[in-house]
Amino acid sequence: MTPADLVHSATTFALVTLSLALVLTVVRIQRGPSLADRVLGLDMLVAIAIGFIAAIAIRTGFNLYIDIAIALGLVGFLATVAFARFILARGLSPERPQTATPSPEPRLPKRGKAGQAARRKRRSEG
Amino acid sequence: MEAVMIGEEPIGMVVAVIVALLLVAGALFSLLAALGLLRFPDLYTRMHAASKAGTIGSGLLLIAAGIHALDAAILLRAFAGFFFFLLTAPVSAHLLAKAAHQAGQRLHPISVTDQMPQDRTGTDG
Repeated sequence: MTPADLVHSATTFALVTLSLALVLTVVRIQRGPSLADRVLGLDMLVAIAIGFIAAIAIRTGFNLYIDIAIALGLVGFLATVAFARFILARGLSPERPQTATPSPEPRLPKRGKAGQAARRKRRSEG
Repeated sequence: MEAVMIGEEPIGMVVAVIVALLLVAGALFSLLAALGLLRFPDLYTRMHAASKAGTIGSGLLLIAAGIHALDAAILLRAFAGFFFFLLTAPVSAHLLAKAAHQAGQRLHPISVTDQMPQDRTGTDG
């Protein structure tokens, strides 16, 4: 087995494995219950695409692909930051309009400090 | 001196073994990150899988590409890219987690503690 054959089969394995990871991430993006899950899936998708580009750079011998991978990483970081700001400004879950259904509002303070305070108040009153 | 080489270039066996190991390890890290992204019950645990294992996976693949080139400038570039990913991944994950927590994303019921006080103006702001 020559060194070139070894590297070739290793890139084949890496490409197949990365394709599987890509499929799993796409399933999470499609299924994701909230917008933040989908943004996280997008971030992971960018990371897997960087790995793909590196494997293709090894396979073809074009070293310029590494610069493309760095640029893609920068774009992915900026996209995630922009989506985080968007979630911060707009709130989660586009499936659930916040003005129409009042049901998620009273469920919110059940968790965390506010819920503990409410439970303590209820206990001290009763 | 160095022509633009397309296709297979003659590399030694030691370099080939190192590159192949880095490729396999990076691909497996990426696959495990995607599996964690799919299987974990919660946004925050998913984020823990994606932003650590995913970064290491793509970084190992990038370093494999840099070593395979047998050029110091390209290897340095690959290390710079890896360092950049190591810097930016925690920042973006922290921003996303903070935004989601402030927007009212709940922790899974199996979680033990939530040390950040729930923001009251986040959801209806």
